[in-house]
Amino acid sequence: MSTAIRTDGLGKRYGSTWALRDCTLEVPAGSVTALVGPNGAGKTTLLKLAVGLTRPNAGSLEVLGRVPLDDEGELMPKIGFVAQDHPLYMGFSVSEMLTLGRKLNPTWNDDVARRRIERLRLPLDRKVGKLSGGQQAQVALTLALAKQPELLILDEPVASLDPLARREFMNTVMEAVSENEMTVLLSSHIVADLERVCDHLVILGEGRTLLAGVIDEIVASHRLLTGPSTDDDVVTRMHDVIRATHTKRQTTLLVRANGHVYDASWELHEVDLEEIVLAYLGYGVDREFEAMAS
Amino acid sequence: MIQFHLARSGVPAYLQLVQQVHQAIRLGVLKPGDQLPTVKEVVGTLTINPNTVLRAYNQLDLEGIVEGRRGVGTFVSQDLAPIPPDDDRKALRSALEKWLARARAAGLDDEAIAMLFDDTLRPPAVSKVA
Repeated sequence: MSTAIRTDGLGKRYGSTWALRDCTLEVPAGSVTALVGPNGAGKTTLLKLAVGLTRPNAGSLEVLGRVPLDDEGELMPKIGFVAQDHPLYMGFSVSEMLTLGRKLNPTWNDDVARRRIERLRLPLDRKVGKLSGGQQAQVALTLALAKQPELLILDEPVASLDPLARREFMNTVMEAVSENEMTVLLSSHIVADLERVCDHLVILGEGRTLLAGVIDEIVASHRLLTGPSTDDDVVTRMHDVIRATHTKRQTTLLVRANGHVYDASWELHEVDLEEIVLAYLGYGVDREFEAMAS
Repeated sequence: MIQFHLARSGVPAYLQLVQQVHQAIRLGVLKPGDQLPTVKEVVGTLTINPNTVLRAYNQLDLEGIVEGRRGVGTFVSQDLAPIPPDDDRKALRSALEKWLARARAAGLDDEAIAMLFDDTLRPPAVSKVA
């Protein structure tokens, strides 16, 4: 599989603060990749770098084999981008928004745009500002898709939407993926439902890549172990402990398993993606344990 | 034509689709020559990643159960051993009911029964760690 986005030690600094630091990752071509992390993790910064809205201070970045900002003319027609809160001209009608899209984008497919708007049953003469949040998001998505991009980048596309609008939005994205060969990179701080629509995952925390890979493999390789709190040496030596919590009698470990866990004194549970992500982001870390260990 | 559904069960989505095709064939809902929904149709109804559907169909293809015809669709190509006929099923169910009565008499509640059943059905959870 070729690579749509490749970064190596990528960093972006605003003043003296690093918004993104030493970020190394690959987004495979044709994948639907989720970029997750808490607010302030550097998700938006990474996406802005990818679409050439800002220049990195460190490391390298390649998008569709090119360097954003250096190859702007070549690259921009191939990228569809929907920014956070899907900004549109509120005073424009839906039809005027489409005209603007057509005039600004050389690769614009007007048929695609109008068919989508029709299917969504959006009135062409309605002012964008009068549409619901979900409808506005759909208009923004339609503009991005009508460019027929090779790479679609969505920054927190569904964060402000209700569950139904969220589903309709993702439905449009998934249908577009099934119709065209397209890579999708979307950021989200909502992990629920990502498993359904994404096949790859990148976890960002404090500006760094904490984990990246195929979602099925990530879920298959992580386990929750519970056992007596006396002796976790063997387990911690063999497997990567992502999170450890201790009570007097019981230790609970979320591990990335390297091979089989044979030790009969540990009970094994499967964990879902949300719990894995939270563990990587450091929620539920037992501070007492850290103090004891040091 | 069958309609897929997805449960939040911890079973990967592609595997759920594969299992639903197996089941539909075993129950006689799908027969050789029948067409599976197109990738686009599945994506449209379930709002899932097309790659997941492709992966499921590829696996079924590898198993020799379905056959993709380029530009036409995916078709069932092989029958699977049917789930036991009605009579057998009745006998199995009544045996299970007797067993349940014994388990309850032994003081097991529903949760304990389910745990025991799961544990017996898929014994070594340990071996599933990749």
